Amino acid sequence: MLRDAMLVAGKDLRVEARTRVGLGQVAPFAVLVLVLFGFALDPDRGILEAATPGLFWITVLFASVLGVQRAYAVESGAGVRDALRLTSLSPGGMFLGKALALAVQLLAVELVLGVGVIVLYGADPAGWILLVGTALPATAGIAAAGSLSGVLAVGLRVRETLLPLLLLPVLAPVLLAATRAFEAALDGSPADGWPWAGLLALFAVVYVGCGIGLYGTVLEES
Amino acid sequence: MSIGNGQSAGTPLATQDTRSVTGHPTTGSPATRVLGIIVLLCLPLVLWLSFVATPPDAVQGESVRLLYVHVPSVTVAYVACFVTFVASIMWLWKRSEWWDLVGSSAAEIGSVFTALTLVSGMIWGQITWGTAWEWDPRLTSTLFLFLLLVGYQALRAASPDRSSRSRRSAVIGLLLVPNILIVNRSVQWWRSLHQDATLFRTDLDFRIEGLMLFTWMFTTAVGMVLLVWLLFHRFRVGWLANRVEERQLSEAVAARRAEATP
Amino acid sequence: MAPVIHLRDVVALLGGFPALTGVDLDVDAAELVALVGANGAGKTTVLRVCAGLVPVDSGTASVLGEDLTRNGRAVRSRVGLLGPSGGLYDELTAMDNLRFFARAARVDPADVDRAAERFGITGRVADSPVVRLSTGQRRRVALASLVARRPQLWLLDEPHGGLDAEGRDLLDAVVLSAVASGATVVIASHDLDRTSALGCRHVTLAGGSVVEGGPDAA
Repeated sequence: MLRDAMLVAGKDLRVEARTRVGLGQVAPFAVLVLVLFGFALDPDRGILEAATPGLFWITVLFASVLGVQRAYAVESGAGVRDALRLTSLSPGGMFLGKALALAVQLLAVELVLGVGVIVLYGADPAGWILLVGTALPATAGIAAAGSLSGVLAVGLRVRETLLPLLLLPVLAPVLLAATRAFEAALDGSPADGWPWAGLLALFAVVYVGCGIGLYGTVLEES
Repeated sequence: MSIGNGQSAGTPLATQDTRSVTGHPTTGSPATRVLGIIVLLCLPLVLWLSFVATPPDAVQGESVRLLYVHVPSVTVAYVACFVTFVASIMWLWKRSEWWDLVGSSAAEIGSVFTALTLVSGMIWGQITWGTAWEWDPRLTSTLFLFLLLVGYQALRAASPDRSSRSRRSAVIGLLLVPNILIVNRSVQWWRSLHQDATLFRTDLDFRIEGLMLFTWMFTTAVGMVLLVWLLFHRFRVGWLANRVEERQLSEAVAARRAEATP
Repeated sequence: MAPVIHLRDVVALLGGFPALTGVDLDVDAAELVALVGANGAGKTTVLRVCAGLVPVDSGTASVLGEDLTRNGRAVRSRVGLLGPSGGLYDELTAMDNLRFFARAARVDPADVDRAAERFGITGRVADSPVVRLSTGQRRRVALASLVARRPQLWLLDEPHGGLDAEGRDLLDAVVLSAVASGATVVIASHDLDRTSALGCRHVTLAGGSVVEGGPDAA
């Protein structure tokens, strides 16, 4: 299963390397959202500073919706899904591979956004161990839930509009937990943040497990 | 799936003979009629108990009467969602039409009752707390449960055929319970960190006893009977819809065959 | 020996449309069969049913000894399907596609290189994203991918379409050598001259069922 996961992840990342849709479109979109939040909220940085963790993670959530759509759009081409089903790839491996490639791309977007909030919102990246310790499980959870929701919407005519409706209610606790953990890190009280990182890890484990177990069920249909 | 013979073997919820005296298919049966009569007879009693017989609460005043709607509907909503969760697991295991219909019927009824829970909760909150919405863990998780149920039904409506419908919705049905647990836990932590005084106002802590307690339990019991009654009917509507779909398909198969062989 | 494909009264519904309305078909091992018929007769769906990609809604179906009504998955890794669009990742190069699908099907990389060379996927063609290739070149990539897998059952949907004369001859040679080595080939085609020249047994479909060349007529 891990071999299949690496193969699928490698293929998805290779598509990204050749097309640069994530880097060239999703990441700039995310930065744009940050700028727009700046316009909407406060130019003198008072509110922005307080809201930085939440805005950061909301933006990541938006980017993840686009990322999931892109991840499944590359194989929406006629015959590609048939070709994939005719291979001996295990469904669990395919799920893990998709989630892994998505997680790598989301981490890149988060890195760009991190620089963005430092520059635009004047955030001070204190307590970076907690920041990383939050971002990793949060991203794993988003990628797992995203890959699972994504496959649920595959092949439907309304997939673009249905995906956020399925994905965002599921990701709500990730937003809550990751925001609180980032707040703790930026306030310089990391001890308050670690339980949230633990909750994020639990979320990731639950959704990786569900994804491995359920991905095949959805793929089986024609 | 079999074409042309919608046998109802092993389907206790499905009526064996779905034709009424008028000759049209019906979702009623002696059992559902009894349930329906119980509900209809109890509703005036519920109204009388909650509006006339019980006194206004010492602290909350008349607004306590809203809780006679709120508490039973939240109970019914959560029971219905749990039925969907169990049915989704059973579908993934047995892959039977029966479990698919139980799950989807319960989800539909569940979404109505979660909506009722939210609305009655908000009205009560407006009167008691002065704000319609508090980020109370239970209310917030109910909101996300409602949103996920909306997604469940949107997914079913968007799926082109029965197999795809059952597979995809069973996955969401299975996620209902883990999702609600995680949302609930995270909102609880969040609120306890803030120590928001509004949540811990003592006026929530009113005394429940005597006739009020009885009204509460009685209304909840009526709500459960209502759930079962609706579940029977919704299941049978789904069952009949599947039979209609099968009949249309076998007619389409026959028509296409006839065109091909002169 | 049991037939490689054995379909009886197979009905397949695609999103509510009765694509197959009761297909009877027997194909023996190392046999070469052409499915012919008008557009929309159900040729493509028969191939996809045989590949385990379309569920059988009623009737009995077994392919390579696997019962398709119970488990369509088992047969998938043993058949090769050449769809009308090839089933390639547009963004990846021809070689990337070949290597990915080969590794996914656990095929020896050396077989992939050999197949690629045989179908002229070398140099610029090999390193171009599939989206920039012509229809015929894409068809060659898809064929190379199929040949490298050495499936026991070949399901070819309009394989000659888009190929140049040399490509068509190459395809015919590959098909004949596959049959000679014991593989079974089913071709859906409108090109009756070509399939007759190949020596195919013809089975005619209309309205989602077999009207000529089915097991009753034989």
